[in-house]
Amino acid sequence: MGIQGIGASVARKEDRRFITGAGRYTDDMVVPGMMHAVFVRSPHAHATLGKIDSAEAEDMPGVIAVLTGEQLKADEIGNLICGWAISSKDGAPMNMGEWSPLAVGKVRYVGDAVAVVVAETRAQARDAAEAVMVDYDELPVVVDALEALKEGAPQVHDNAPGNLIFDWEIGEKAATEQALAGAAHVTKMQIRNNRLVPNAMEPRAALAKYDRAEDHFTLWTTSQNPHVARLVLSAFYNVAPENKLRVIAPDVGGGFGSKIYIYPEEIVCLWASKRTGVPVKWVAERTESFLTDAHGRDHLTEVEMGFDANNRIVGLKVDTIANLGAYMSLFSSAVPTYLYATLLSGQYVIPAIHANVRTVYTNTAPVDAYRGAGRPEATYLLERMMETAARELGVSPAELRRMNFIREYPYQTPVIMCYDAGDYEASLDAAMKAADWDGFPARRAEAEARGKLRGIGMSCYIEACGIAPSAAVGALGAGVGLWESAEVRVNAVGTVEVMTGSHSHGQGHETTFAQLVSDRLGLPLDQVNIVHGDTDKVQMGMGTYGSRSGAVGMSAIAKALDKVETKAKKIAAHLLEADEGDIVIEDGHCKVAGTDKQVPWFQVALAAYTAHNLPDGMEPGLKEGAFYDPSNFTFPAGCYICEVEVDPETGKTDVVQFVASDDFGNIINPLIVEGQVHGGLAQGIGQALLEDTAYDASGQLLTASYMDYAMPRAADLPSFNVGTTVTPCPSNPLGIKGCGEAGAIGSPPALINAVTDAIGVRDLTMPASPRRVWEALQAKA
Amino acid sequence: MYETTYHRPASVEEAAALLAANPDAKLLAGGQTLVPTMKQRLAAPSDLVDLRHIAALRGISSEGGRIIIGAATPHAEVAGDATLRAACPGLADLAAHIGDPHVRYMGTLGGSIANNDPAADYPSAMLALGATIHTSKRDIGADDFFTGMFETALDEDEIIIAVSFAPPERAAYAKFPNPASLYAMTGVFVTKGSAGVRVAVTGAGSDGVFRQAEMEAALSADFSPAALDGITVSPEGLLEDLHASAAYRASLIKTMARRAVAAA
Repeated sequence: MGIQGIGASVARKEDRRFITGAGRYTDDMVVPGMMHAVFVRSPHAHATLGKIDSAEAEDMPGVIAVLTGEQLKADEIGNLICGWAISSKDGAPMNMGEWSPLAVGKVRYVGDAVAVVVAETRAQARDAAEAVMVDYDELPVVVDALEALKEGAPQVHDNAPGNLIFDWEIGEKAATEQALAGAAHVTKMQIRNNRLVPNAMEPRAALAKYDRAEDHFTLWTTSQNPHVARLVLSAFYNVAPENKLRVIAPDVGGGFGSKIYIYPEEIVCLWASKRTGVPVKWVAERTESFLTDAHGRDHLTEVEMGFDANNRIVGLKVDTIANLGAYMSLFSSAVPTYLYATLLSGQYVIPAIHANVRTVYTNTAPVDAYRGAGRPEATYLLERMMETAARELGVSPAELRRMNFIREYPYQTPVIMCYDAGDYEASLDAAMKAADWDGFPARRAEAEARGKLRGIGMSCYIEACGIAPSAAVGALGAGVGLWESAEVRVNAVGTVEVMTGSHSHGQGHETTFAQLVSDRLGLPLDQVNIVHGDTDKVQMGMGTYGSRSGAVGMSAIAKALDKVETKAKKIAAHLLEADEGDIVIEDGHCKVAGTDKQVPWFQVALAAYTAHNLPDGMEPGLKEGAFYDPSNFTFPAGCYICEVEVDPETGKTDVVQFVASDDFGNIINPLIVEGQVHGGLAQGIGQALLEDTAYDASGQLLTASYMDYAMPRAADLPSFNVGTTVTPCPSNPLGIKGCGEAGAIGSPPALINAVTDAIGVRDLTMPASPRRVWEALQAKA
Repeated sequence: MYETTYHRPASVEEAAALLAANPDAKLLAGGQTLVPTMKQRLAAPSDLVDLRHIAALRGISSEGGRIIIGAATPHAEVAGDATLRAACPGLADLAAHIGDPHVRYMGTLGGSIANNDPAADYPSAMLALGATIHTSKRDIGADDFFTGMFETALDEDEIIIAVSFAPPERAAYAKFPNPASLYAMTGVFVTKGSAGVRVAVTGAGSDGVFRQAEMEAALSADFSPAALDGITVSPEGLLEDLHASAAYRASLIKTMARRAVAAA
């Protein structure tokens, strides 16, 4: 490895502009004649939509248009789609209700868009939005998924009877029930995975510009996948054909999944721009982010795990209800099914697994993928069960896990996934050593002397990243393929531009992707530029989510580099009068191996573009593209150990130690990987300790600001002890597994296991807020 | 935010005149509550009269055995003032833990007590210190000043100039912050001085800050944490919200009181 190549902890190239305020985000974009959109949103969670009177608003200063759902329908703008079709176990297709970009007939959650005002300034648009008079006829409301399934519950969509979207299953039901019936011990729990608000630092935004002369649209938007946005906007929403629409996702300030989806606002801005003839910009206020960004998690599960007399797991039965909110967001159906239940084997040999998942409409914000997406829910379930089972069986939680670990690969689980490589015991041992597991009793005693209750908890997680083999996901209902693309363009002077279909919104691709090129061609990092986020500049790509950009995005770059190197070697061999097979590329030169004959890289590039002296029949130029379709998911795994101290008088939990031992396969940039783990841990600890999303019975979001929604702060977190073990991923050329979500996936159960250990209770619902912990202690006393 | 007109008077008289001339004007004393409220369009003052740049309203001094703090003194100055830290470190520590650095450099003591947010820190200190609130019209004792949640004895056109108090022998504040907002979910300020023991509770009462008579009596006899052991705080009249029940707040009052006494 070179000092800037694979394995080097290079500081991020992009951070200079971010930390000096020079980043360019969607709201920084200004185009001539631009006007501002403000949405009129429903204050009611469920109501019949009556007359919308916009006469007063239309006469207000600066207002050029007030548009409603009726006009949108008249212009034949399409309803929002769900990109993954899931059928119920009886074969019936999912019951998907209509989601119009501006509500027609009915509103279904607080924040549902009813109309849009376009005005010269944002303040004018906001003033006018308040003057739009909307008649609502309120309807009964349901916010809880369990309540929504009950007889007589308010009906959110007419075509989803009983609010049931689908009733899906995976695994072998009879075999699992038989295994549980014959088990020596069965652990049963009811587990809730709390609903989260994504809270990206940059709120969602869109700027749509229709060019009448060219009959062409440009959309700047906060997207994790601009090409997918272009595809969906053109193919389904009828705003513009794909060849007439350019989508640009410039610097984007965090996504965590919430910016995968195409939301009503982007559609409406594009439509409004053509209709009004002016560029239209919308930027969410923080309250709108709370109300309308797709939320995460919100599962309620009954689970049973059976063990034989030797404490080996014999079966796992899972019954989950997933709250999808008022509408089906773009990938909402995949998250509680194929991204969740396929991971229910965890790191363990479980001969029989059955999971049933019911997805439900409620009068709440739509729920979709959020950092981890299904895998945190699976991990939380399993690792709470393993810890509780160990306590019930009277064995060490570490040893119960160890004796049930999968040890041979490939390992076919009963729930689709085939694990290709791993060493779970190595992670467990490394974490226990780093955490000084054996020294815990002494630390607990010392804490007790200070009046604190100290607890320790672990979590052994596995997840599936590198989403995903296209044919496999297609067979499971996905509407898209999940390959990735790259084009490596060597300029005439030898510098390199890489067009990648991945999109960076905090991941540091401009650095890590350049490190790969630097490593392969022996060029300094500043001679490599990574280009992403613009459908006019970059070939079709699938974007960034599911920790896929290293494993899939970089593999596409590696594949394109293979082609570039092959051609460069041919040119170099020709120039050096050597055999192509003897050429090696290193230190910025093409060399004849074992000799002192060499030609600088830039001369090879120049030769390719002057084309004065190329091998017979060779095309000029040095530019190659590749599409990489993974052959399997990747399977990052690891062990997290958390130690907490609880103040028994106040219920306050302090995380005093957190050890992460991750196996991400090969690592390109250890510094960035460590940063990703830190961020993931902060989000996972946030979920377990602080974050909760509460609606009242009328469907008002009680936690709609930072006054009531508790985000993790630096003071809530310990100094993390992060380490890695490595089993390279066998299915991609770089041996990468992915690291973006692990921290958020593995940490919540470790923390709750530690808190329940500290206070001596079995069940505790996330987040372990001071109130909940105090109440648990009171109930126990 | 709705449009508003910003004024920066140089004197209290000028501020009072602006207030009198504009019936829908509001005083701006740091704006750490008012400005976010305006941004959410929940308040719409026609005019903002900024008090932070009136020199006479700012600063901390010691006169005639009393500490005087100008109403427009930001929390960070209260936290860092050597005179105050020597006379009443408990109050300096309280100021040092209000909000975050942004709030502490912008927010002011006068702004806090005039707003009388039931979860604000300063009202408990004023009440426990038996402070006098000096206004553009009169002097008001803290016991008469705080009249209910977001309610004070101030008239519409009255401006707080300063607060003053006699340094107590012992004083300390203990708070348990709301995990989201970091406002006091329960905060207790205890003092022991020439006027006896005073215990003031913020963040917990549905009528705002209040004195805890039973604790005052117990601590008058024995100013030690153990003196509070036999007291059971009733949840009646305490706030209930997502983050804390009345019963939990009642428990926190006792815990925070014990900790404040231990620290005093």
